[in-house]
Formats: sequence, C-alpha cells, structure tokens
Amino acid sequence: MLKISKLHKSYPIGDSSLHVLKGIDLSVDSGEMVAIMGSSGSGKSTLLNIIGMLDELDKGEYVLDNVPIVDLNEKKAAIYRNKFLGFIFQSFNLINYKNAIENVALPLYYQGFKRKERLEKALFHLSKVGLSDWAKHLPNELSGGQKQRVAIARALAADPKLLLADEPTGALDTKTSHEIMEFLQQLNDEGKTILIVTHEEDIADMCKRIVRLKDGVIMEDKFVTQVRASQYV
Amino acid sequence: MFDIDLWREIFQSINKNRTRSILSGFTVAFAILLFVILFGIANGLKNTFAEGFVDDASNSIFVRTGFTTKAHKGLQAGRRIQLKNEDQDFILDEYGNKVQYITSRIYKSVSASYKNEQNNYQLRAVNPDHQFLEKTQVVSGRYVNQSDIINKTKVVVIGRLVDEDLFLKTTPIGKYINLNGIQYKVVGVFEDDGGDNEERMIYMPLTTAQQIYGNNDYVDQINLTYNPDLDFDEALDFSRSLTDKLKDRFSVAPMDQRAIRVRNLANESQQVGIIEVAISIFVIIIGLGTLIAGIVGISNIMIFIVKERTKEIGVRKALGASPKSIVSIIMFEAIIITTIAGYVGLILGVVILKLAKPILEENFLKNPSVDSSLVLTATFVLILAGAIAGYLPAKKASKIKPIVALRDD
Repeated sequence: MLKISKLHKSYPIGDSSLHVLKGIDLSVDSGEMVAIMGSSGSGKSTLLNIIGMLDELDKGEYVLDNVPIVDLNEKKAAIYRNKFLGFIFQSFNLINYKNAIENVALPLYYQGFKRKERLEKALFHLSKVGLSDWAKHLPNELSGGQKQRVAIARALAADPKLLLADEPTGALDTKTSHEIMEFLQQLNDEGKTILIVTHEEDIADMCKRIVRLKDGVIMEDKFVTQVRASQYV
Repeated sequence: MFDIDLWREIFQSINKNRTRSILSGFTVAFAILLFVILFGIANGLKNTFAEGFVDDASNSIFVRTGFTTKAHKGLQAGRRIQLKNEDQDFILDEYGNKVQYITSRIYKSVSASYKNEQNNYQLRAVNPDHQFLEKTQVVSGRYVNQSDIINKTKVVVIGRLVDEDLFLKTTPIGKYINLNGIQYKVVGVFEDDGGDNEERMIYMPLTTAQQIYGNNDYVDQINLTYNPDLDFDEALDFSRSLTDKLKDRFSVAPMDQRAIRVRNLANESQQVGIIEVAISIFVIIIGLGTLIAGIVGISNIMIFIVKERTKEIGVRKALGASPKSIVSIIMFEAIIITTIAGYVGLILGVVILKLAKPILEENFLKNPSVDSSLVLTATFVLILAGAIAGYLPAKKASKIKPIVALRDD
C-alpha cells in the first residue's frame, strides 16, 4: 500500500538547516490502522505531510499504491491527493461559508462529478457519519464532534485509498474523541487504511500498530492489540 | 469555458462575503462614476465649442461689405460698397471649380401674420444653395428652388418655431402668410441645429425679395462653401485670393480692412478641432488614471482576500484543487466584482448626468451625455480591468502551499 525508504527532510532555518526526518523506513499494508506517535518536534507531522503530498521529501523513496511519488508539481500533486488521499485535520478545516453537504461534496467537485451526483454521494457519506439531518447547516452551527464527522465524511467522499488524520481528536473532549475513534475503527473494519498522528497514548492504543518517532528516527514500531473505543462510549 | 459549477462557487463566495465584495466593488464603481461624469462634462464642453459651428457648414466663407476707410485710385474714403447679383456670378466665373455651394443673401425684418396670430421675424432672401450652406433640414414641403428664382414666385419657407407661433396646430403648407401686407404661399417648414433664432427665420427666393423690396439687384452678403477636397492651406489661399480679386473689382485699397470682409471658417474650425483634441486627451488621461486607481484598489482587496482565504485555499488544494481552478476562482471573482461594480458606476453616472443636465446646460455645457458605444467599450475595458486586477492575487493564491496554509492557525 505505502512504502517509504530512507526518507530525509530538512527545513532551512536562517543560514543553517533543521534536519527533521533522518532516514525513515516505513511500509504500511492495506487495511492497517497505524498510530504515529512522538513528542512535538519529533517529526511526526512532517512525515504525515510528506505522505499526504502536502510537502516534498528531500531524499529517499515514496511509493503509494504502486505509484512512485516523484517530481511532484502542483498539478500532479493535486491529482494524486484527490485520487489517493483523504485528510482529517485537528482543526477540522471545513469551509465556513459552505454548509455540511457542500463541504462534503467539495472533493467530488474537483473529481469532476456533476452537481446532482455530487450531492447524492455527499448525502450518502453524511448519513454514514450520522449527520444527514444536518446537511444544510453551516459549520459554525455544528458541535466540535459533528464538525469532525463532517470532515471525515468529506475525507471519505472521494473514496481515498488512504485516510490521513492529523491529531483528529486534538480539539475534542474525551467522550467525543472516543466517538470519533469508534467511527474510525469501524471504517478500518470495513477495510480502509488509516494513518493517525497523535500524542495521546489512549488514542494510539485504539490503533492496530504504533510507530514511535523521536528526533527524526523511528524508535519503535510494534503491532498492538486494539482497544475498542466502543467500550468507553 | 462556461462551467456552471465554477460560477456557482464564485457567486457563493461573493454572496457569503457580501460586505467585503461590495466594499471592494466600491472603488471601481466610484472610479467609473467619476469617469462617466467627467466624460459627460467634457462632451458637453466639446458640444459647446462645436455649437457655434454646427449652424453653418465648416467650410463656409462669408463675403460682407461696408464703407471704405482708405482713399484709393482717386476714389474717396467712406464710399459704400454694394454687392450685386453679378458679383456672385463673378466669383463663380473666377473660381468655379473651387466653389461647392454659393448663395447671396438679403436680410429684412418683417411682421408676419396668419389669421389672428402675428409676430416679427427675420427674413432671408436666398438662392437654393443656401439650404446646404446653412445645413437647413426641411421637415415638410420643400425649400426655395431654381424655378422660384426664375419666376420670382411669392413663396416662403418658414422655421419650425414660426410654424408653432403662427399656425398653432394647423399645417402651414399651402396656406398664405402675410408679410408686411403682402401674401406669400408657405411651401416648406424647416429645422436647424443652430438654435431657436435660426428656427424663427423665414426664407424667400432672392429675386422675389429684390423685386418687392426696391426693385434692384442688390444683395447684402454672399455665402459660399469651398470644395471640401481643398486642404486647410489651399482653403486659406482661396479666401485670400478671393479677397484680393474682390478688392480689385471694387477699387478698394489692398490694406482696407472694412470695405470688403471675407471670413473663412476653416481657420476657426481648425482651432476648435485643436481644443476638442486637447479635451479628449485630458479626459482620457484622467479617465485612465481613475480606472487604474480602481484596478489597484480591487487588486489590493483581492490580495487581502487571498490572504484571508489562505486556509480555505489550502484546504481546497488538500482536497485536490488544481492550481488552475484556484486561479480561475480568484480571477473570475475579481472580474465579476469589477464588471458589476463598473456597471453600477456607469448607470449611476448616466443617471446623474441626466439629472444634472438642466443645470449644466445653463452653464454652457450643451447636451452633456455619454453615447451608447461607450457602454460596449466599458464592458470590454471592465472585464480586462478585472482580469488585470485579479491576476496578481490569483497567481499568489495558486502558489500557496497547502502545508503552509493549513499550519496557519
């Protein structure tokens, strides 16, 4: 599904440069649910951004679904992102002047679907996250958990191969966090490959595999017994 | 090109940020409003300048006579020079190929009446060519013709206002009008752009007037237009040579400025032409200036909008928006705001000009208006202006890296 080898990334800071990722090797199979953990500055978000093609790697190889991701120009990156990836952000990143269904339909717009089809699909995904009654509501009329569920529906709408979540529960209270995790686990049960960046141990425990980063290298990479979120809800 | 979804996206974004869109449109609306008013006033100014000349053909030459001021060839100063029919023939003989139209004129003041209505008017006795020299537009009936001249018929052509004054609601053609006790048949009614005075005029065949008022062949003035193929210098040469020939013919001293006066409109119309060009250049410079200010204003606000929407653009990119689609959204938003605001300014400007027309016309600005071709030009210019205004911000937006945009909170 995803294969990264000898990945390096550094950011220029003034005259010197900050070496953030120092040779990462990681491969994720289809259907996995992986938590990427690490303290702040460990490079976990950078890794996710490179996987998400929001950032470019300096050195190394990255193959996604048998497609080598090289020489990314903006246009190519846009097509790959649209085709392969679904994003879930800590701060939801919904477009505030679009209502829930329009937000969910947005990736479909960029895939070139007709308006009617878009809205049908969007409504389907909204109902999947249990928000079909809220389709016409603007983001600021929704609670944090609802916003994140709209964001998940949006990430799913384009039917991505890989779901990338950057601290998906970071802005939510514990109860809502568990609801969201329960939902992500359900998606994983249905076969979606999910990558979650988090610094919360209990969230990481709800995944099937934990990758720990420290100072730009992988410290630990282990499979764990998944804690089901449903038992807390 | 036409993508309904793109337009939906743009209108949604404009609509959801209404205040911002209206504010950014304001600069352009104001710029166009100023431009239209300025343009209209300048047009009025031009019309005022041109007004003095629309009355007569711009290639007119007028020959008038007076009293000699210098003794010459044994003749005393103070002699009256009188033009006659033969002088018109003389000019035609000498300059036949350079003359386009020629007419003699006799002026009289008459008291005219029809039934119970009575008023005083100016009478001009003329040759048929006079119609073209004075740019007289016959609206009904006919003008003085050659057979009137030969037969000395007692017919008149009356101005629109004479018609209104005397004939009220009835049609004057074929009726008999009484001028100083003599009945004349009205054969035509005319209009003239030269103003109300020109439309309070009565025209009569030259020979008729000569027979009735004095039984002689005297004329007061000879008007002619030179061949329009002559250029400016040739036209001036022509009138100079004509002056010399006439002075010689009447034994007037070459330096005598009063006895024979030849006025050539070529001179004056050229000066007016220069003034009109100067006004046009002035308007174009100011207009371009205000328009550029408007474009810069929109561009500025669009850059601000892009900054404000950085995050949204980042999200769109993360969801798979191509740089091209980001550019189109920003560009078209700028174009739409510019065009709509521009039209609002245009319409406001036209309305203000219309409302202010009476006041402006009192202040010597004749018909201060903008023509419809300006609307077409404006459409084109506004779309172009919007594209220019949107280009930089759009480029800036398309360069936004989603990672930077999303980090931005």
